[in-house]
Amino acid sequence: MYLLLYVPYGGVMKEIVNLFGAIDLSVRLAGLFMPNPTMLASGILGMSAETLRRVAEAGAGAVVTKSVGLRASSGYPNPTVIQVECGFLNAVGLPNPGIHKFVEEIKALKDLGIPVIVSVFGFSPKEYAEVAGLAADAGASAIELNLSCPHVKGTGAEIGQNPRMVKMTVEAVKGSVSKPVFAKLTPNTSDIVGLAEAAASAGADAVTAINTIRAMAIDVETFRPILANRVGGLSGPAIKPIALRCVYEIYEAVSVPIIGCGGIMGWRDAVEFILAGASAVQIGSAVAFGGLSIFKSINMGLAEYLARKGFRSVSEIVGLAHKK
Amino acid sequence: MRVVKILDVKSENPYVKTIFFKDEICLTAEPGQFIMVWIPGVDEIPLSISSVYEDGSSSVTVAAVGEATKALTSMKPGDLIGVRGPFGRGFRINGGRSLVVGGGTGMAPLMLLINRLIKENSDVTVVNGADTKDKIVFLDRLEDLSKVGKIRVYFTTEDGSYGFRGLTVDLAERIIRSEEVNVLYACGPERMIKRLYCLAKTFSIYMQASLERYMRCAMGICGSCAIGKYRVCKDGPVFMMEELREIEDYLGLVKYNERGEKIPV
Repeated sequence: MYLLLYVPYGGVMKEIVNLFGAIDLSVRLAGLFMPNPTMLASGILGMSAETLRRVAEAGAGAVVTKSVGLRASSGYPNPTVIQVECGFLNAVGLPNPGIHKFVEEIKALKDLGIPVIVSVFGFSPKEYAEVAGLAADAGASAIELNLSCPHVKGTGAEIGQNPRMVKMTVEAVKGSVSKPVFAKLTPNTSDIVGLAEAAASAGADAVTAINTIRAMAIDVETFRPILANRVGGLSGPAIKPIALRCVYEIYEAVSVPIIGCGGIMGWRDAVEFILAGASAVQIGSAVAFGGLSIFKSINMGLAEYLARKGFRSVSEIVGLAHKK
Repeated sequence: MRVVKILDVKSENPYVKTIFFKDEICLTAEPGQFIMVWIPGVDEIPLSISSVYEDGSSSVTVAAVGEATKALTSMKPGDLIGVRGPFGRGFRINGGRSLVVGGGTGMAPLMLLINRLIKENSDVTVVNGADTKDKIVFLDRLEDLSKVGKIRVYFTTEDGSYGFRGLTVDLAERIIRSEEVNVLYACGPERMIKRLYCLAKTFSIYMQASLERYMRCAMGICGSCAIGKYRVCKDGPVFMMEELREIEDYLGLVKYNERGEKIPV
């Protein structure tokens, strides 16, 4: 591998190059070029073009938008997001303006310089395909299928827990868009590997693992579940070891690239996911703890790690933990 | 989420109540910071801290306008609410002569600010506006402070039922034209803030304004409260002059609703 050819938000990359010599953080993922392996996870700051632009400027290698469906939706009443031990609990309920309005935000990101991956959901394979088609036409670099939201009826994990539905959905979307298609998988299953295999066999260009884990919190004073939806999804440090195991197992079973996600709070977590088999990593909850500088700090730490261990590129360590 | 007992509920006027509760972490609130208040079984809403006291109690001041605020303002001492926070960045206390302009319940964070400014021995002029006399918030408290010479206070009402007849902005302009003002602090209806911002620009006065948007997480991750590239919950709710300039095209004009659709303010 040789040194970067393309430096969209140059500051970060140039610093790294100067400090550590010829370390190549860039990643090719399902045909997308990313200047580094960090991506903004779906659901985080992804509703408007301007906030996504700010994430790009903060050093992310790609951004994933908030999930968008065919029709506008308000999501759930508050409380929708609360902090719990070791992470966040959320049941936001997929609020979104609908793809017909959201295309304006996608179009406004045309010159972003890094891939813009649009997360889509639907209530049937056909609906996923329709939304994905409109997102791709508006200029999405790739589509991430939300087959894993754990708290909305009729979509997300309710489709994504069933390997047959995963296959049908991926096939339907692949049939309607020519851009890369990623399947974001749910850990709320006894067999996430089976879901990854279903997605890969249907032609998914990558799988993202994992979405949040179904969870809840109850207030003992009022005897009530705190989230308005009662049940939501857990993210953050609490789920990292689970997410890591999922990535590790999926890597052994499928040959498509894996995007690791779940509780990545710093460069060491990112490296763990890459060693487990992830080609790129998504960052979500850490934005609340560490702010937007998390992308820069992970990339710096990763470059330093690679240099210290005598590697020159990220791809050299993908899946290294599987070596017997 | 910390669940606390309501200690006291005080009517500020027929529409606005101040709700007192005890929570150690809220005592650290800077003027302009807010908390998320959970009304169990109803909703959770962002509210500015309006006071903190040495006896360990704090308060929020809220007008009954929607389902959540109606439920909250009808709660009684002993009832339970949940609090998260304080969140966000508050006002920055600058030296010099301060002009504090509030409209309606926009006075809530400004009341905490005024008390802080008094502690710092700042020169403070307050303009407090409402539609009518019975909608003025903190009338007695501000008049008391003015009587003992801590601040100068002016009231404006649109119908002329108390103080100056007209808008806060008109009175603020008169003050700015006639005396030295170094910092303008504002909170209230966004169109008022927009007009004050234009005034501050014209007269080269440094302004800090507290803004409001639909909120969910309050921790800077969900993106619901975006205004331009900023998040009201984390980068604000208080925005400094140079940031207001960056979001000029949104200020008083455009916001996102809970579905993420752009709608007029």
